[in-house]
Amino acid sequence: MAITSPERRVWWNEPVERVELIWAGVALLWGLFMFFFMIAWHFIGQQNLSNEAYRVVPDAYVQKVEDFAQKYQVRDEAGTPVVKPPAGVDVYLLGRLWQWWPVLELEKGQSYRLHLSAADWQHGFSLQPININIQVHPGYEHVMTLTPTEVGEFGIICNEYCGIGHHTMTGKIIVVDKQGAK
Amino acid sequence: MSTTYDGMASTIRDKTATFRLCQYTGLKVDVAAQRLIIANAVAAVVFLAIGGVMGLMVALTRWPAVHLLPAEWFYLILTAHGANVLLFWIIFFEIAILYFASAVLLNCRLVGPRLGWFAFLLMVAGGIAYNVAVFQGDSTVMFTSYPPMMAKPLFYISLIAFAVGALIGVGLFFATLAVARAEGTYEGSIPLVTFGALTAAIIAVFTLVTGAIILVPTFLWSVGLIREIDPLMYKLVWWAMGHSSQQINVSAHVAIWYAIGALVLGAKPLSEKVSRTAFFLYILFLQLASAHHLMAEPGISSEWKIVNTSYMMYLAVLGSMIHGLTVPGSIEAAQRRNGFNKGVFEWLRKAPWGNPAFAGMFLSLVMFGFIGGISGVVLGTEQLNLLMHNTLYVPGHFHGTVVAGTTLAFMAGTYLVLPLIFQREIIWPKLAKLQPYIFGAGAAGISMFMMGAGTLGAPRRHWDINFTDAVISFQHSPGVFLMMALNGISAILAALGGAIFVLVVVGTALFGKKIGPGHRLTFPLHVGARSVAKYGSDGTVKLPGTIVLVSIFFLAFVLYYFVNWKYLSDLWLFR
Repeated sequence: MAITSPERRVWWNEPVERVELIWAGVALLWGLFMFFFMIAWHFIGQQNLSNEAYRVVPDAYVQKVEDFAQKYQVRDEAGTPVVKPPAGVDVYLLGRLWQWWPVLELEKGQSYRLHLSAADWQHGFSLQPININIQVHPGYEHVMTLTPTEVGEFGIICNEYCGIGHHTMTGKIIVVDKQGAK
Repeated sequence: MSTTYDGMASTIRDKTATFRLCQYTGLKVDVAAQRLIIANAVAAVVFLAIGGVMGLMVALTRWPAVHLLPAEWFYLILTAHGANVLLFWIIFFEIAILYFASAVLLNCRLVGPRLGWFAFLLMVAGGIAYNVAVFQGDSTVMFTSYPPMMAKPLFYISLIAFAVGALIGVGLFFATLAVARAEGTYEGSIPLVTFGALTAAIIAVFTLVTGAIILVPTFLWSVGLIREIDPLMYKLVWWAMGHSSQQINVSAHVAIWYAIGALVLGAKPLSEKVSRTAFFLYILFLQLASAHHLMAEPGISSEWKIVNTSYMMYLAVLGSMIHGLTVPGSIEAAQRRNGFNKGVFEWLRKAPWGNPAFAGMFLSLVMFGFIGGISGVVLGTEQLNLLMHNTLYVPGHFHGTVVAGTTLAFMAGTYLVLPLIFQREIIWPKLAKLQPYIFGAGAAGISMFMMGAGTLGAPRRHWDINFTDAVISFQHSPGVFLMMALNGISAILAALGGAIFVLVVVGTALFGKKIGPGHRLTFPLHVGARSVAKYGSDGTVKLPGTIVLVSIFFLAFVLYYFVNWKYLSDLWLFR
């Protein structure tokens, strides 16, 4: 029994049930498949998280985002600037207590280099209802290429606990059709 | 060694310890070990009760129609809930398991019972101090306490004290194994259950030391002696403690599954070699799991993520999948030997479903595999993680492993500990019979409904998914609200099951009938529990029922895995 010592002192030589061998084989192969599928998705998939990141002083990052917002601001929404950068440029988004700043207006089908970092504590970038979730650290500037594939207004919520105002931390990405496209 | 027997032949004394002979198992039980097992089990149940009430409050707050607690209290209670159940309930119980699997199963004295009491007191002090620190306010940093968010020094020091106490307990386990071997209290190899406990203990050393490596500098940071803790480095090291410690639970509750199968049904491992190899895979690969919490982080390469998140090509998952066959397989083989040999499933239909130890164990096995296991692999896939990172899917997953899996298994084990170690007959057996089903249904519900809400995007650790006070408003889909309501109802059910458990344990410990010689147990053990049973490969027994069960499991696994890749491929493009 499982609560007593093995009957035979040398249990290593005992024959193994066939069903155990087959199941272990199936499980091993499935594990290998899942392992290689993650690698394969880097080649066949369109959704892979960028590995590009830089160390940054939080205050310096805040400055970069403010410069970016000032340069491309098109209007104001509830006191937050709405920023519409031209396609292909570097886009900056800041997580801080307690907002995602600024509101971004992007074009469908265009690719943007999105920079993500935090001013103070860790935050969780959570694009809804798409459901793309990325951790944001102060001191690390994460750079990825993002291509919106649908038009509409999308919420950004925070899903890393960041203090008492955590549940009020939101932001927005507006996606519009390509200019000139009918 | 001079051994003297007293008149009743039920107590044995030697130079170092006093033993009693168990009338049901024939095991020689060190009375000092028995006292420590009782103390640790009682402390575990107390923390379960405290943490469980907190969990109910959290779930009722997250049910938007109820929204029980104000925001400050919600975050504070959530911080306390995590440590009380995930650390204190589980590790106290695991220390009890370690003492049982070493001293009791090996017929040996427990080494250093005084040190064991010191460890116990240190752990109790750590547990109480943690709650004091959290309830003083200013330490609402969640269980994970990610920097740069800082708690009060007492918060960190209490966890360090608890970990040191636990480490001493683990040390006594190793020492007892060494003494048992030196004194020849058993023949050949240690039993499989002890082997599983040894696996848990080895992983425990890794995790507790890792915990010290990260919590000591974080404590020094909180008192101002260190200027900065890098948030990414903290997560890497903290989760080498935080996630790997969940593998202590897996090893421990798999050991409990085997133990209950043996005691209640006379089950023996299909083959020692396979079951032990599966445990050994845990030791080799489980500590890579820190990566599960770093899939969505900046500055870590995909190569590192893939190798680590998959436990090196899923070799630790392989261990769990093997147990997923060998545990029900050994039960089917035993039941067929017990005479339930008709058809594919008579062995399962006529299993002792009225015995809460068995019912809890089997529900734990099924739910750990189907809910906790499958969701864990999906969540731990590099790209799929971005669909679920930090959503409610994450607590959904780990309530499937730690509540439906570990906690239910430990509860099931308690129904054997009460008569065999406390030596009290279980009071309210009818209530006890129902308990695993009520708790199991609740645990399954909270796991699956939180996973559902997370799939729809609901964030974890969040007081208001209506975003009432947000400057830029956001509205979740109605499905999220339905899931949160169902989660709240399930939490009430789980809390009811938990309350019955606590009542039965406390009631039995205080008022249960003392078990004397010749007493017939309400929930009987298998006759084979008393004899020196046969072990090893069962030879000719066919296991069609188990094959059907694992086939259903495998199909569910593969389908669910690919469904999530389909979800992922519908997202915006990013690279």
